[in-house]
Order: sequence, then structure tokens, then C-alpha cells
Amino acid sequence: MTQHTQVILAGIDFADPDTWRLTNYLKRGGYKALRKIFSEKISPEVVIDEVKKSALRGRGGAGFPTGLKWSFMPRQYEGEKYLVCNSDEGEPGTFKDRDIMRFNPHILIEGMLIAAYAMGIRTGYNYVHGEIWDVYERMEEAVEEARSAGFLGNNILGSNFSFQLYNHHGYGAYICGEETALLESIEGKKGQPRFKPPFPANFGLYGKPTTINNTETFASVPWIILNGGEKYLELGKPNNGGTKIFSVSGHVNKPGNYEVPMGTPFAELLELAGGMRGGRKLKGCIPGGSSMPILPGEVMMNTNMDYDSIAKAGSMLGSGAVIIMDETTCMVKALERLAYFYYEESCGQCTPCREGTGWLYRIINRIEHGKGRQEDLDLLDNLADNIQGRTICALGDAAAMPVRAMLKHFRDEFAYHIEYKKCMV
Amino acid sequence: MINIEINGKQLEVPKGSTVMDAAKQLGIYIPHFCYHKKLSIAANCRMCLVQIEKAPKPLPACATPATEGMKIFTHSDQAVLAQKGVMEFLLINHPLDCPICDQGGECQLQDLAVGYGESASRYQEAKRVVTNKNLGPLISTDMTRCIHCTRCVRFGQEIAGIMELGMSGRGEHSEILSFVGKTVDSELSGNVIDLCPVGALVSKPFRYSARTWELSRRKSISPHCGLGSNLIVQVKQNRVMRILPRENEEINECWLSDKDRFSYEGLNSEDRLSKPMIKRNNQWITCDWQEALLFVVQNLKACVSQYGGRAIGALGSPHSTLEELYLLQKLVRGLGSNNIDHRLRQSDFRADNYQQGIPWLGMPIAEVSNLKSILIIGSNLRKDHPLLALRVRQAVKSGAQLSIVNSTDDDLLTKVAQRAIVAPSELVRTLAQILKAIIEYRYVEIADKIKETLTKVNVTDVTRAIANNLVSNQPAGIFLGNLSQHHPNYSEIFLLAQEIAKVTSAKLGVFGEAANSVGAYVAGAIPNRKLGNLTTNGEEVGLNAIQMLNAEAVSACKAYILVNLEPEYDTYNPQSALERIKGAEFVVSLSSYKGNITDYADVILPIAPFTETSGTFINTEGRVQSFNGVVSPLAEARPAWKVLRVLANLLELKGFDYETSEQVCTELLSDYGNVADHLNNRINEFTVNLNEANVNGIERIGEVNIYQSDPIVRRASSLQLTRDAHYPRAIISPSLMEKLGLRVGDKITIKQGVGESQLEVEQSESIPDNCIRIASAFNQTATLGGMFGEVSVKRM
Amino acid sequence: MLSTESLKKIDKEIAKYPADQKQSAVMSALAIAQTEKGWLSSETMDFVANYLDMPPIAVYEVATFYNMYNLKPVGQYKITVCTNLPCALSGGNDAANYLKQKLGIGFNETSADGRFTLKEGECMGACGDAPVLLVNNKRMCSFMSNEQIDRLLEELKK
Repeated sequence: MTQHTQVILAGIDFADPDTWRLTNYLKRGGYKALRKIFSEKISPEVVIDEVKKSALRGRGGAGFPTGLKWSFMPRQYEGEKYLVCNSDEGEPGTFKDRDIMRFNPHILIEGMLIAAYAMGIRTGYNYVHGEIWDVYERMEEAVEEARSAGFLGNNILGSNFSFQLYNHHGYGAYICGEETALLESIEGKKGQPRFKPPFPANFGLYGKPTTINNTETFASVPWIILNGGEKYLELGKPNNGGTKIFSVSGHVNKPGNYEVPMGTPFAELLELAGGMRGGRKLKGCIPGGSSMPILPGEVMMNTNMDYDSIAKAGSMLGSGAVIIMDETTCMVKALERLAYFYYEESCGQCTPCREGTGWLYRIINRIEHGKGRQEDLDLLDNLADNIQGRTICALGDAAAMPVRAMLKHFRDEFAYHIEYKKCMV
Repeated sequence: MINIEINGKQLEVPKGSTVMDAAKQLGIYIPHFCYHKKLSIAANCRMCLVQIEKAPKPLPACATPATEGMKIFTHSDQAVLAQKGVMEFLLINHPLDCPICDQGGECQLQDLAVGYGESASRYQEAKRVVTNKNLGPLISTDMTRCIHCTRCVRFGQEIAGIMELGMSGRGEHSEILSFVGKTVDSELSGNVIDLCPVGALVSKPFRYSARTWELSRRKSISPHCGLGSNLIVQVKQNRVMRILPRENEEINECWLSDKDRFSYEGLNSEDRLSKPMIKRNNQWITCDWQEALLFVVQNLKACVSQYGGRAIGALGSPHSTLEELYLLQKLVRGLGSNNIDHRLRQSDFRADNYQQGIPWLGMPIAEVSNLKSILIIGSNLRKDHPLLALRVRQAVKSGAQLSIVNSTDDDLLTKVAQRAIVAPSELVRTLAQILKAIIEYRYVEIADKIKETLTKVNVTDVTRAIANNLVSNQPAGIFLGNLSQHHPNYSEIFLLAQEIAKVTSAKLGVFGEAANSVGAYVAGAIPNRKLGNLTTNGEEVGLNAIQMLNAEAVSACKAYILVNLEPEYDTYNPQSALERIKGAEFVVSLSSYKGNITDYADVILPIAPFTETSGTFINTEGRVQSFNGVVSPLAEARPAWKVLRVLANLLELKGFDYETSEQVCTELLSDYGNVADHLNNRINEFTVNLNEANVNGIERIGEVNIYQSDPIVRRASSLQLTRDAHYPRAIISPSLMEKLGLRVGDKITIKQGVGESQLEVEQSESIPDNCIRIASAFNQTATLGGMFGEVSVKRM
Repeated sequence: MLSTESLKKIDKEIAKYPADQKQSAVMSALAIAQTEKGWLSSETMDFVANYLDMPPIAVYEVATFYNMYNLKPVGQYKITVCTNLPCALSGGNDAANYLKQKLGIGFNETSADGRFTLKEGECMGACGDAPVLLVNNKRMCSFMSNEQIDRLLEELKK
């Protein structure tokens, strides 16, 4: 198999419990990008340009071009501005940010430093998913290491750039992965998404201009600064720059994180993950985290892993969480579990999501338990229609899309379940 | 301005308008639940989704800003499909209990379901049931009906200034509730009933008493605080069933205080008088009007012939109408007495010699919201004037600096920039300090009389900061609250406040204590008609309220005419008031309620409260508001203006030939001209003596609690169950507690004058040292003396 | 109400935010309070509200919104098993069932000896390690085969 260039996980010794420490990060060339900015006096504008050139897109799920997002921050704004890292990784199937912070926390800190420098920000928060408490504690330690070594604080490395970084932990709410819900949560409130506009770049944390990026996005930045945006773009493919960490879970032999270039064929990724467990056939795959539409196995096997290719195949790359389901998987049961998740995690703010997710779940639950009616399938489809695109945030869409895709690709299986009151598989 | 198009119609809207604003401008209705013009935008109900050209999905009209060239379709297929979809979701868990729901007939959900709902439901799963919450005596809950619009939550956070309701849990399990076991205690709480678009929060006193379509809606004016809030009174079978706000942006906006809203229960109180009563041979008997009136006439005439007209004293309530007070003073003056007053809780009348006009708010009510600096002197603002407190809160929200000089540090539920909390005896000195600080800062000239006083005070950090606030933030307003007006040094407070206002270019205002505090001056219900800018015909100055009721007065009144008041609750010093009144030879009380009147009167004439008579109130900003009766008088009760007219006729006084209350009002106001021309807070300078205020022992801080302020509210049974209506306690600072060796809950005896009262001790950090806060207007404290002054304490 | 040690920890969290944004520390304050007390009684929430100058109902909103807070007493060890789809595909439900059987309790129940409470969890962001479970919110256990579960329970029973 080809040895790919790695941007984030390169040089990590997963067996070494101290691989995350500052000393080891420095040995791997850590904080060189930051030093380069200071020593070569690279201006904030050039930093943003480099990121634009790299075609780096947000790794949290939405895939918004990072350089463009950074350029939205009001540069001349006098007051406080904030930089926020979204490490609230709770999209089922996604576990890449956890490994970045576990094994390479300083790359995130360096990435945030560069971003803060580029946007003239002095304060940052890293919002860590509540369930990975050990990772939160590790981040606290890493931030402390960086502070003691002069990488965080006032006049960093003797420059006139100052930046403070704090970790904030979640405590069990998927919705806080939504950027405005996350801001509300940092403000000490329920994580209920805000209506946009205004966007965080104008009205973010504490009402101040704020930029929010995903952990993996920030972690990609030091490499871009060291090697140039164009080099990064070349690692992947046009409009889909760089590498991506794919979290592969489900029916594979070696579930885990794999950092590969954008555009890598799915088949190759599957092979990296040890292939199908028990040699069984791939039935379906959710290629971008549980909120994205499922694709049938045969479609996946002919698709490459990048934003555009997956979109063309009928789904979305999302957070890069690849959930593999083999032929033994009951799609009704699988959807029931996902529907339950969205029903549990709806924040309750907007009517269609609050009321609709429970309705969806109850219908699918009935079907799973042999109490379905054939007309339920059209009803499910119609309810998903009535939720999607009608809510403040994307959780409504996230609850609706899996339902519609399942019915699109596996409708027969649902119909069978209703008629025979049992699984097809 | 921005050009947009809605449903094919072009229009121009101001930049920053939302699609909802724009649609309103065209009179196009977009269905909605969570949107409310006075609250922040939540965009959570999703009912107002509309189609916007080039937008990939329908957008909420309430939250979407209009942009140049935007084309909006509020009733296109896409929009209606989205709205219908939302309506279906809203209804799946909403109970079908409209037939027993109080909101039925005025329910937004019900109304919109007719337009957007289907006749049958596709929802075949179990419906949600949510347990009800006990939010206190005013708000009843049916939480299963809640549609989670969060209007009630936002109202608390944004308008009432206190978040008492929240939405717990998440998703389908979200519930609106208060913190574990807590009731909703805001003095504005009833507004959430109006805001709730469904029947989740409904009025507890009104619950199950009528269907909304059985009620007629009649306009009226609130008789309680100085604002004169505009009301809708709802009536069924000649009974007031409910009171709702009538929107008036310039006065109460769309809000009502709980006092305005729930006091109506007092109108239907069992204590209402249905027939006149007279005391014969120490026995009270009911009688007909003829007998009662002749009894009054006979006694008044006897008094006049024996002692002269000046032996008669009249006290009218500032909650009475302009017409009632006008006829009362006309009658009394007709009998040859100028002893009339409405300032029942005022104790210092020296300013009467210096006042230039009628004290008033000093600006329109709405202007309070636009002030950038506010100094409030001696006021329990939230409780005395709940909706003015709201205006102050609005001002602070948009950046105003609020300073307080007061004797209690109550939570105003807004940011207070500076506060000087001092004993009542220190109030004058504190104001002198503020004035001095400004003069030191600005080097402005002031009258020598005052200048000299200032040499005797030293400016503190706090008073300097207050001075700075006033100087640096304009426009500024300085207001005198009820505590100032009741204070034994009201004249000095008034004068110093005026001087501070002068040197800071601030406007000075007096918060009118009652609905007709300004009107009473206009009516001439004052011992010196000059105070109301009225023609005096060279008449002598009569006795003011404190002189009429002062037990030690030499020139005592032999007969009293009391209108709409209970002296044990409504006067500054109930001890001496009762002694004086009980010692009189003849007392006639015109009252809606029996109360304790039989203890001291000789005849009681049952009069109609504001809902049963036409009349006029002139509010604290000088606005003349006339209203009609909304129901006919209870039993044989009659409007007081009619009673006074007939009485005058029987007394053979001239000029009492009115057939309607409008004639009374016209007679009064046609000569008087524009009320606004007579409003003036100017007061001539006099020498301020700072030593007058000295009190040696423990000082009382008197106050009138929100639900004790007038005869109607004292009988509003649900309000009497609220926390604000708690029986009176002796509230003491921790240091004084220690000094006196008291513990919370101890019973103590308070002695004041010749009377005493047993009260429970409560500790509070909000009271200055050496002071005890004791409310008046309670049975338990009516034995005490004046609202301020020295008291002694004994542990029981 | 809370130990000085807990208060020190809360103060450290408060220091992370602007001076006028104490409320930002409410999530960590509640977590710290829960670690000390085991669960969040209304007295505890009221205390936290006072400490952070928040309306008590706003604290209650937060405590009920995030599902790792215990609003009722729980056993000495609260075990939360992820049964979400990716975990379920790799034995999440088996682990949950095994725990139910071993402990003799269902989800949201506490064992008679007061030692264990079992909870069903949502995605913990560790799907590659399935089956995963959390002990008392803070200790994550990966690859929880039946043998691993046996070992864990042995350890916790000590």
C-alpha cells in the first residue's frame, strides 16, 4: 500500500504514553510554523492567503472553506474577539478529534495560535466533548505546558502577539457540536442554537466577533504554514485540499482513525481498516457521520473519499466518519437507533425538530417491533420533508436525512419488516 | 431605506427591519406564536416560515432581515406547506381540551389551527402529558398545552428583569417551569398570561369562571398607581370578571402590573357596602338614602352653626376621581371650610409655601425610557410604580446610569451604578453632598441660602460618583418617590433635588403616588387652591391633612367628611388620625367598603368604586383620562359624585345642578385650560437646616406595601396570597440585630408614640444601621405612629 | 455547602472567563459539585446559582439540559454504556446486556447494594474503541468485552 504523507498524525508513536508531550512535539518539528511566522515576519494577511490557497475546508462537517471564514473576521474591530475550537465531537461514528487531542494536543494549540495571529484575536476557548474527560484533562495539561514554555500568554516568543487559551468541557449534549449552541454553552446556558444571521463573525461569544473551527481544521494549519498552501492542496485534489482523518467504525477488522489524502478511493480506506469483518459483504455505508445519508455498498465501493465525490454519489463527507455495515445489518434496527439518538438529542427549541424527531422515532420503533403499517413509510418520508430545512440549526436535517436515505435505498427491507413483522436479514 | 416586494407589492422599509416588520407595514398577517414585538426574537415556533426568492428553504419572517431587492411570498404554496407542516407538529402533542380550556375563544393556536390545521390527525402515537406546576396564587398552569414558544421565559429575562421561569430538559422533554418549589413572585407576573399564546398559563383567579365569548369588553383606567394604566374590563352579568391591558404605548405599553390586573377581585369583595348605615344610640342600622343623607345634613349644619365652617375637615383619596374630589372640595368650601386635602400620607407640608405649581413626573412617562442618567430619591420603585420601574429598566438596558438615594436597598432588577442607602434622617444630608459635589465640579452659582448649608457637609465617594453620573450623562432625570413624599423633611428633599436638577440640567419629577395625585390638585382638593394654580378668591388657607389629623392640634376639626379612605391604613400617622377622628363630634364616611368604619364614623354612605361610575383621572404625567362605568353600582351603592351633589343640594349650597359627571369635569376644566400649563415642580429657595433631621434612637422606615395601598387592592384576595402581601415584620440590619441581641424569628414589641405593635424580626442587609423597616397600612401596625421617626424596641 | 477544595476548583474555572461572565463557569461548577456530592440536589443548584450570581432557574436549565448531570442520587458507580449505532455494530448492546445481567438491573436502575447505577449513553466520540463505557462520567473504558467487564466490576467492587 502507498505510504501517504500525513499532516496531523505524522511521526506519532502511539505506543509511547508521552508522545503528546511538548518535548516530543518539539522533536517532531512542533511550533516551527509559529516561529516561522515571527522570524519571517509573515503578515496576518499572508497567513490567511496561504490557508485560502490550501483549499482547506472545515473538518467538522460543513466543509466551509477555512481561509474564507477567517477573512470574515472584522479586522479593525477594537474590542475583544474570540477564537473557539469545536472539539465537541459527538456525531456518531466520529472520533478523530479525540485522537488528535490525545496524541498531538500541541498541534491544535499551534494551529489556534496561528489562527489567532491571523485574525488578531487574544483569547481562545477549546470546547471539549464532555464524555472524553481524560482528553479534557490532557488538554488542560498541554495548555499548561505551552503556557510555561511561553507559547501561550503575553508577548509570545518575544513578539508583540499575545494569546490566552482555555479549555471548556461539555457535559453530555450532542447539540453543542453546532457552533452557535457551543457558544451558548460556553456562556453558561443551555446549548440551544442561535438563529443566523447574525453570524458568529459579527455576533459570537459574548456578542463579540468570533471564529469557530473544528479541531482537525486547526491541526492542519501548522503544516500549511510550514509547507505552503499549494503544497497542501496538492496532497489532495482541487477544491478538496490536503489530507483527512477518517474515523472508520462498524463491521471492519481494524476500526480506527486513518489519515489519508483527500480523494483516496473508499476501497483503499476499507483495506487500511483491515477490510470487512469476517469477510462479509458491504451492505451500506454512512460516509460522513450518522447525520449523512447512507449509501449502498456497491455505490461506496466506486467512490473516492473527498467532498465532491461523495456529494456526487448522493451523500456528504461530513466529519469523515465512515460507518460500515455488512449484510447482517438490519436497516430498520439501525435507523431506529439513529432516530432515537436525534430524538434524545434534539434541544427542544424549534417545533419541527422537538415534535418531529419523537414522531419519527415512534413510528420506526413500531415498525421494528412488528406494529408497522405500510402507510407509515410515506408518512416517514413526508415527516422528514416537514422537518428538513424548517429548523434553526441542522439537527432537524440530520434527523431527517438518514430517514429519507434509508427509505430511498432500503425501502423494501422496511416494507418486508412491516408485512412479516421480522427482519429480512 | 430598503426596497422589497411582498406578495407582489413593492414597499420601502427602514434598514434593519425584519420580514415580519415589513409585512406588518403592508397589513399582511403572517401566522406566528413565539414572535412578540416587545420581546427578543426566538424564531423557535417556526410558524412564520415564508418563501423568499433565491433562498433554498423557507425562512422565519420574524428573524430574517429584509435586504435590498428581496422578494417575499407569505402565502405561496411553499410558505403555506411549511406553515401547515409546523402546525401539524404543534398539534400532535397538544391536548384536544379546548372545550374546558380557559384560553378557548382567545387562543392563537386554536385560531390558526382553523386556518392551517387538518380536520384529522396523522399522529397515532401516545400524546405527551406534562405535570402542572404551582406558580403561586395568580397563574394557573396546564403545561400539557404548552407549545414551548418561551415568551414567558423571555418576558422574565427581558421585561420583568427577573428570570423566574425557564425551560428545563431538552427535546420533547422540555418543560416550562420555575426553580424547584418556587412560585413566580414578580409584580409583573400576570403579563405571562397575556403572552402565552395557548392555555398553558392562565389566570388563577379567573379560572373556570366564564367563557371568553360571554364577556363584554369595556374600557377603563386603573385607579391604583400614578400611571393610570389603560384597562379592558371584562364583564359578565354586571360583574367584573377580569381585567386586561389596553395597549397604550405612551403609558403602559401592552403591560399591566399585577396590582392593576388582579385588584378587581376587591370589587366583588364581601365587605362591599350595599346600603347606607347610620349609628343611632350607639347601634348601627342600615337605612335608606333619604334618611342617611338627612342625618348627614342635620349634623353638618349643626356643626357649622355651633363651631363655624372651619370646624369641618374633609379628606379625599388620591384614588378618587377628579369629579368626586372637585365636588367634595366645592361642598366643603361651600360650608365655609378650606380644610381639605388628599395628601394623606404626606407629613411635611412646609413646601406648600414655596411650590410654584402642581408636582408631576416632570416629563412624559415614555421619556423615562430614553434617559441616560437617572437619580431616584426615596422610592420603593418596583412595588410603588411597577411599570415605571420597567421604564427605568429599559433605560438602563440602553445604557442609562442609575443612581439610588434611599433608605432601603431593594433589588430593582436592573443594574444600579451608584447607591447611597442611608437612614431617613440622613437623606437630606446625602442630597446636600451630591449638590456640593456637583458645585465643586462645575463651579456653578446657587442661592446663598443653600450655599451656606453646603459648607456643613462633606462629600463622600458615593455621592461624588452620583454627581458624576448626573453631570456626564444627558438627558438626566431626578425623581422623588413615595418615601420622599412621606418623609418628615419632604420640603428639604424637594428643594435639594431641584437644586441638583438645576445645576445638572436634569429634569426633576415627582412620582405620583396614586392614580389621581395630579388630578386632586387640579380639582382643588388642597387647603390652598393656589397650589393647584386655581383662583383662590382671597380665601384663607385651610388645614392640610397632617394638621387635620394631628392629635395635638389646637384648632381641631369637630366634624370629618372622609371619602374613599380608611384612616387607619391610608394616613401618615394612623395612631393620631384615629384618635382625632374618634374624638370628633361627627364623622361621615363615603366608602365602598365597611371595613372598620363603624368604629369611628357616625354614618356610612356606600359609594361606587371606579368600575361603577364615570369619572376622570389625571395621571402623573398630567394626562387627563376620562372613563365610563363598566357595570352598574352594586345594590344601593351610588357614584360618589352623585352623593356629593345630592348632599350639597340638601345643604342648599349653590351651583350643584349637575346631571352628569361630564358636566362636573367640563365646569372644572373649561376655566382651567390646559392641565399641562399648570404642572410645575419649581419650588422657591429657603434655608435648609440640616440639624432638623436628627433622630436619637432607632428610626422607623415606614412604607406602604404594594398590595396594601388602597381600599380595593387590600380586598383583592388572590393578591393577598402573594409573597408581596406578607404580614408585616420588623426588618432589621444584622448589626442592629446583634446590638439588640435579636435572632431571626424573635417576637418584639415596637413602641411608637402611645401605641405598640408585636412583630416578628426579619434580618436584612438592605436596611441601614439603627433603622427598622415597618410597613404601615396593616392591622398589625395601625397602632403605631408616623411612618418615620423614633421607635423603641423590646424583646418579648 | 461545598468544600473549600471544590470552591477553589470552581474559582479556577471562573478565572477562565471575562470578569462579567461568571455564568460561563456553571457547567464546570455543577460538575465539580456533582463530583463532591454525587448528585445535584436543589440545594446544591441553588448554592451554585448564588455563587455565580445566576437565577436558580437558569442553573436548573443547564443541569437538566446536559445529560451527564445526576438530578437524582445514583449508585457509587454510575456506568454509562454507549449503544449508539457505530458501537452497536461492534458489540455495544452485548456489553449493555451483559452488564444488566451481571448487575441484575436495567437502565436507569441502581443495584440493591447501592453500588452501581446503569445508564444508556449516547455517542461518546470513541466509536473506534467499541464497546465503550464511562464510569462516573470521567473514566472511559474501551473495548469492553465480557471479560473486560468482569475485570472492571471486580475492581470496582473492591
